[in-house]
Amino acid sequence: MTDFSQELDASGLNCPLPILRAKKALGAMASGEVLKIIATDPGSVKDFDSFAKQTGNELMESKEEGGKFLFLMKKK
Amino acid sequence: MSDEKKLAIIATKGSLDWAYPPFILASTAAALGYETEIFFTFYGLQLLRKKLNLQVTSLGNPAMPMPMPVPVIMQALPGMQAMMSSMMKSKMKKKGVASIEELRDLCVEAEVKLIACQMTVDLFEFDTSEFVSGIEYGGAATFFEFAGQSDICLYI
Repeated sequence: MTDFSQELDASGLNCPLPILRAKKALGAMASGEVLKIIATDPGSVKDFDSFAKQTGNELMESKEEGGKFLFLMKKK
Repeated sequence: MSDEKKLAIIATKGSLDWAYPPFILASTAAALGYETEIFFTFYGLQLLRKKLNLQVTSLGNPAMPMPMPVPVIMQALPGMQAMMSSMMKSKMKKKGVASIEELRDLCVEAEVKLIACQMTVDLFEFDTSEFVSGIEYGGAATFFEFAGQSDICLYI
């Protein structure tokens, strides 16, 4: 997995909390930095894709690993 | 004029289940970069109280999932509503669903504009000191000033 500058564990949280927490974490980061997000909400897969499309942040990776969903999001 | 997208919501219901859609949509829209405004009217004003005690009931709502079948006449017994509400809240907590207080805080933090319907405040003689701070008061024309330029407008 690519390097990341911050990690957000949104395990156990349901819609829309993973998105809102990610938005907050990205807000405190610099452009080009990468946020790693861990989630257990199956809806988050489609939601992070939509979030990236609408906000211009780049979803570099989205995968499932051991029952968890992992995302890498590069701040615009 | 900003080129941000705009979402306008009218929140008219004050029960626990109906409190979710406006706050979920508003907080998410704000995270997506929407300028967002919620106009609270009638029972929706209950959602602005500092101290929330939102309830849910299966009465008149046959679609509400119940852990076990309960005859309607039993659902009307004293204490049933409080019991159903606390069961719903603990289920939500267990499933990682945010509380209304949390979602509302996130909305305020994201600068979602909260507007209370002045007419309903007067009608029900609400004590505005019981409302969260930072809200504005207005009427139908106030709502249209923003809603008229909105990209999405929802009545909930």
